Amino acid sequence: MAAVNTCMNRKRRMVKFKKNIPLHLMLLPGVLLILIFNYLPMGGIAMAFQDYKVTKGLFRSEWVGLYNFRFLMSYPDFWNIMKNTVCIAGMKLILGLAVPVIFALMLNEIRSKYFAKITQTLVYLPNFLSWVILGGIFSTLLSPNGIVNHALGALGMGNYYFMGDNKLFPGVLIATDVWKGFGYGSIVYLAALTGIDTGLYEAAAIDGAGKWKQTLHITLPGIAPIVFVMAVLSMGNVLNAGMDQVMNMYSPQVYLSGDILDTYIYRIGLENAQYSLSTAAGLFKSAVSAVLMSLAYFFAIKYGDYQLF
Amino acid sequence: MVENSKAYKCFLVFDYIIVGFLALLCFLPILHVFAVSLSDRVANSAGMVSFWPVNLNLESYRYMMKDLEFVRAFFISVVRTAVGGAVQVAMTILCAYPLSKSSVRMPSRIVYVWFFLIASLFSGGLVPTYLLVKQLGLLNSFWAMIIPGAVPIGNVILMLNFFRNLPKEMEEAALIDGAGQMKVLLHIYIPLSKASIATIALFSMVGHWNSWFDGKIYFTKTAMQPLATYLHTMVSQSTLNVIMETTDMSVLEQLMTITNESLKSAQLFIGMIPILCVYPFIQKYFTKGIVVGSLKG
Repeated sequence: MAAVNTCMNRKRRMVKFKKNIPLHLMLLPGVLLILIFNYLPMGGIAMAFQDYKVTKGLFRSEWVGLYNFRFLMSYPDFWNIMKNTVCIAGMKLILGLAVPVIFALMLNEIRSKYFAKITQTLVYLPNFLSWVILGGIFSTLLSPNGIVNHALGALGMGNYYFMGDNKLFPGVLIATDVWKGFGYGSIVYLAALTGIDTGLYEAAAIDGAGKWKQTLHITLPGIAPIVFVMAVLSMGNVLNAGMDQVMNMYSPQVYLSGDILDTYIYRIGLENAQYSLSTAAGLFKSAVSAVLMSLAYFFAIKYGDYQLF
Repeated sequence: MVENSKAYKCFLVFDYIIVGFLALLCFLPILHVFAVSLSDRVANSAGMVSFWPVNLNLESYRYMMKDLEFVRAFFISVVRTAVGGAVQVAMTILCAYPLSKSSVRMPSRIVYVWFFLIASLFSGGLVPTYLLVKQLGLLNSFWAMIIPGAVPIGNVILMLNFFRNLPKEMEEAALIDGAGQMKVLLHIYIPLSKASIATIALFSMVGHWNSWFDGKIYFTKTAMQPLATYLHTMVSQSTLNVIMETTDMSVLEQLMTITNESLKSAQLFIGMIPILCVYPFIQKYFTKGIVVGSLKG
């Protein structure tokens, strides 16, 4: 009886599969491209455990075990770079979460439709401009002879070299990153705010709750779930300090405070052709990031009502 | 009325000022660069230019238009954005439609989901990817900018969440009437999701216009490089050369004025123009699209 059942099941599944062939065909090109350009390079991770020589290739290069990782860990610069990465990324995560939430709350109180509309148009814009262009703009603005230093000079403050001073450079990276993303980041919170039932506010007003109390007991609980999800998801980016941005803003003068894992991987890998060492550093980064991101998705899906696929 | 309490009015004034200030803060740097690009050298080096051109001068734009390398880079970027954007949108729709089906309709869905999920979580890293592209003979080829990133997984997720929320009745009726899946996609799903498609098309095209790293690592010849890579080289060199030599403030200041700020600004401004042009038209789509895509999931 059971055998007949599984046989029937298999038949039914075959029928279903045949009916779905067009769907599989639609996925085929995408799957092939991802197989080649995402999965195939994963095989290249073997280089991290080799003394890779271009002339010998992946199959005949000498295996060296964990030598590359040990070399990285014993290299003092590596720990400085790790510190830079985590500090810059961490500050970006915290401010990148707080500023958009506060901005959305403030924008939500604006009554004038035109004012709100124009504001939104202006603050979403920087997100769409690349760091190449913004890097150029900020190097103009923040140069010793730039408009920011002129303004500071008029206020009687000293001349700062923002892009070349190790004390100031991480702050410049964090501030400009928040500047670029806060408007766009506020979209999800604004959507959540408009989704709150206006009946709740009316009921609260009738009961004598003031604006402050309404914010505390209706608005904040209303956006708390989405803030939670965004906070959890951002935890996966602790090692992403923003390669695009740093590559367009740093210079050897600020390597001490501005060099991050991604720029280091790029420089030793593609500029110095130390393929094995670079791959080892890259593997370290993507392994840690994958674990953090998986945890983030897990918590966001389990506790935050978040759906991925 | 509680609404009109004095404290709240005070807060509102404060609120308008802060929000207005932030809006200006996002726009003024762009305006400044525009003003610098249109001002002459004397005004720029004296630091007289703020948000309006001083001693109007179109020389930088004239010089730029004659610069063959710049014009060529601009056109490479235009072609790249059109071709790359079209490829990404097609791949996104083709992948998102089957994945938007329920696991009951398509039992193997879960296999594909894990396939895409792992690809988005983990990667081989910079060097293995670079060596693969090199091995495939794509170095110095236009397609090196198009094919490796042809399937944007983030956009696939946005799109499939949108498809999933479309009403199922029409599709079922069409399938009963004997329409194939391709027909359902072309005649029901795509017309119903124009706003979302506009959104992901915007994301893809902006991404292509802005990306510079692939142009930097996959091209050894500068003649093939897109505008973003050209600008990156220009921006990083102008800071690099100056800073390498000296740490002395006064010498530095002098050197900074010698580099032609207005030409650099003009190039940066031209690099922004396409985005500034399409931005107002698509703005309403992306706010709508992103909300539907990421929240209702």
